[in-house]
Amino acid sequence: MTELERHSYDVVVIGAGGAGLRAAIEAREQGKKTAIICKSLFGKAHTVMAEGGCAAAMGNANSNDNWQVHYRDTMRGGKFLNNWRMAELHAQEAPDRVWELETYGALFDRTPDGRISQRNFGGHTYPRLAHVGDRTGLELIRTLQQKIVSLQQEDFEATGDYEANLKVYAECTITELMKDGDAISGAFGYWRESGRFILFDAPAVVLATGGVGKSFKVTSNSWEYTGDGHALAMRAGATLINMEFIQFHPTGMVWPPSVKGILVTESVRGDGGVLKNSEGKRFMFEYVPDVFRAQYAETEDEADRWYKDPDNNRRPPELLPRDEVARAINSEVKAGRGTPHGGVFLDVSSRLPAEEITRRLPSMHHQFKELADVDITAEPMEVGPTCHYVMGGVEVDPDTASSVVPGLFAAGEVAGGMHGSNRLGGNSLSDLLVFGRRAGMGAATYVDQLQERPKIDDADVDAAAADALAPFELEGGENPYTIHQELQQSMNDLVGIIRKEEEMEQALGRLSEFRSRIAKMTVEGHRQFNPGWHLALDLRNMLTVSECVAGAALMRQESRGGHTRDDFPTMDPEWRKKLLVCALDADGVVNVTEEQQIPMREDLLELFEVDELKKYLTDEELPAK
Amino acid sequence: MSYKGKFRVWRGDSEGGELKDYEVEVNEGEVVLDVIHRLQATQTPDMAVRWNCKAGKCGSCSAEINGMPKLMCMCRMNTFAEDEVVTVTPMRTFPVIRDLVTDVSFNYQKAREVPAFKPPADLKPGEYRMQQVDVERSQEFRKCIECFLCQDTCHVIRDHEENKESFSGPRFLMRVAELDMHPLDAADRQHAAQEQHGLGFCNITKCCTEVCPEHIKITDNALIPMKERVVDRKYDPLVWLGNKIRRRPA
Repeated sequence: MTELERHSYDVVVIGAGGAGLRAAIEAREQGKKTAIICKSLFGKAHTVMAEGGCAAAMGNANSNDNWQVHYRDTMRGGKFLNNWRMAELHAQEAPDRVWELETYGALFDRTPDGRISQRNFGGHTYPRLAHVGDRTGLELIRTLQQKIVSLQQEDFEATGDYEANLKVYAECTITELMKDGDAISGAFGYWRESGRFILFDAPAVVLATGGVGKSFKVTSNSWEYTGDGHALAMRAGATLINMEFIQFHPTGMVWPPSVKGILVTESVRGDGGVLKNSEGKRFMFEYVPDVFRAQYAETEDEADRWYKDPDNNRRPPELLPRDEVARAINSEVKAGRGTPHGGVFLDVSSRLPAEEITRRLPSMHHQFKELADVDITAEPMEVGPTCHYVMGGVEVDPDTASSVVPGLFAAGEVAGGMHGSNRLGGNSLSDLLVFGRRAGMGAATYVDQLQERPKIDDADVDAAAADALAPFELEGGENPYTIHQELQQSMNDLVGIIRKEEEMEQALGRLSEFRSRIAKMTVEGHRQFNPGWHLALDLRNMLTVSECVAGAALMRQESRGGHTRDDFPTMDPEWRKKLLVCALDADGVVNVTEEQQIPMREDLLELFEVDELKKYLTDEELPAK
Repeated sequence: MSYKGKFRVWRGDSEGGELKDYEVEVNEGEVVLDVIHRLQATQTPDMAVRWNCKAGKCGSCSAEINGMPKLMCMCRMNTFAEDEVVTVTPMRTFPVIRDLVTDVSFNYQKAREVPAFKPPADLKPGEYRMQQVDVERSQEFRKCIECFLCQDTCHVIRDHEENKESFSGPRFLMRVAELDMHPLDAADRQHAAQEQHGLGFCNITKCCTEVCPEHIKITDNALIPMKERVVDRKYDPLVWLGNKIRRRPA
């Protein structure tokens, strides 16, 4: 039997970003003994990278805002492919989740009357994003981190042990979920520092592992984003949906090469920044698609007036949803109107006074100054699309965040459905809070209803340990860094922002080659804090996720949101009704199948004009009037 | 554009280690962390280094570069001459785990010792009203990315292991100041700053401010005002008298 340390919990939360921490807070407040497993140090999760804000229809900046408007915007942004129940819950609950953060100590920017200030963002009808300058994600993660600490302080008062009911396992990575029959019974992993194995006995596991961006070369995501939760869920028998939809954020840095892909917040545009090509033209006016034509300005004058008088003017096209802006930038660069380093210009220097820029966008100012020697108060930035977010993820029940596997829950980026084919900026931080809490509640309720605690089978533990150590066994194999670089290049080139059938077939071919190369790779050194070994283990997850992305993308014969087909350039209402579901078969091969969408509830359908619905739905789906 | 850079990196673990020399390719626009990554990918696959965002936002890749506490992801290679040897060592104030990775658990322990934000009893969620000018003081401190470079450089604990128990360090004294300046925090912070977190140890040499990658004015805006608040109270004759009277047995 494998030598390891063993712990027992009611709920184990894998991931310590916004969704994981909010889930853990909820599970602990429901009286459950809870563990948080984080791949990095506590407080370093990718949520810190979120810049612009957290969308919630509080109506502080414009009192016309309410959950129905937010719901409509979310569905439009996702091109109606969203799970409507998730979008509904999200729009309804987001304000409470934001206000709750203030009781944990968060300090958002304020309106003149002292309430939480809200800013404009792409696809949102009204100023809706609660924010702190352009470091909102940091505020969110720190606030939740400090709330966890405050719960630990309560436990210390009561028991003399800070970690009696809520413990953070930092720099600890889960490599396999354990099951008893159909149900979850625990999780197996290793400590980064020592390389030793650790086993959690737990009837409920919440996945909150974030996204998959590290499978792509140009990405705003950190090394942690290797699709661990997506792959763990699949290996445990859960299903993934919408994996073909990857959001390329329109504005990532393009220069210097070492920072290519690092995010430039949408707030630059929300606060007045404009996109120009090398001819100095504000090109976004040429790219307003028919479905959005009624809501966006046709002239620069009107667009500029909107910032002061949004009730009587239409929005600037720079604030279209992200998929539209990313494709537009891609086209401009392809047409030869790009900047010297292959992007377009994003200019805020000619739009706002310097001191206003440094006040509203301090971390952008800092980032460009330090990394690119560019002073954004005096000159334009060069930007281009970067892989930012995966809309796809674990198929979950909207109300409880439960997957199809009993005891397995998912929230945040690792869960699928909420954002449909394209996520609106600002809807991610609110998603984390709303569904993080629901996952924590769902897990706690599940544990309460259990008759008997599922058990871990020793043979499964031995197998998980053998899998984890496999890369040390072989000699003379390839280095994981080389395979990773090639995988990223393949996904970037062949399943990137614009997709073609033959390229995706080529990608699937390469992925199957990677599969055999990964089985034979070699890791040098020993188990103590060995990044080569960690990458080797993560690579297996990245490969599984890449197979899902490429497989689903090849199957969906239309263009929608974060999935653009060169050979099927338009949106097809027949395809809107279908979800593509990924699962592993008995041999561990990814299978993609079609599933019908559940039709939208009638009262939600009535929130839209029939003329708008006609753009997305088939005739038989339209309300009978 | 590209040249062979000379790097000297500390390799070892808690048992000991040494500086090792490497020659590695450096390209235009790169930062120290890029070069460390290239070393990993080409020469030393097991070199331990902590990093996450690579954009100066998460505070993971702290180290000492030519002796200066810095984030490796924000230290550009063009700040060095091409023939200059760049020496990278782990943060000295914390125990080494391996290579450039240190055990920073001291900081998480100190974080736990600062009582959390105490919400006002009479306000429900959604009823908080604060003015921008009033939140800005604490917001400056909440820019902190917890890279712990200020802790690393602070001479009170750098090379003074014995002070670690009674001194929370600039990061967590700043956290106390942040809560004290929060417009709605209902707890008393000033007594604890001096008695439990060792504010008195700080003799305002401003080293912490100097190394802060977020350019937070830790000393001027957090530590000095906190010292003034503590002193004001300690030597205020009315407070002194009040304390005396209240303490008198009934």
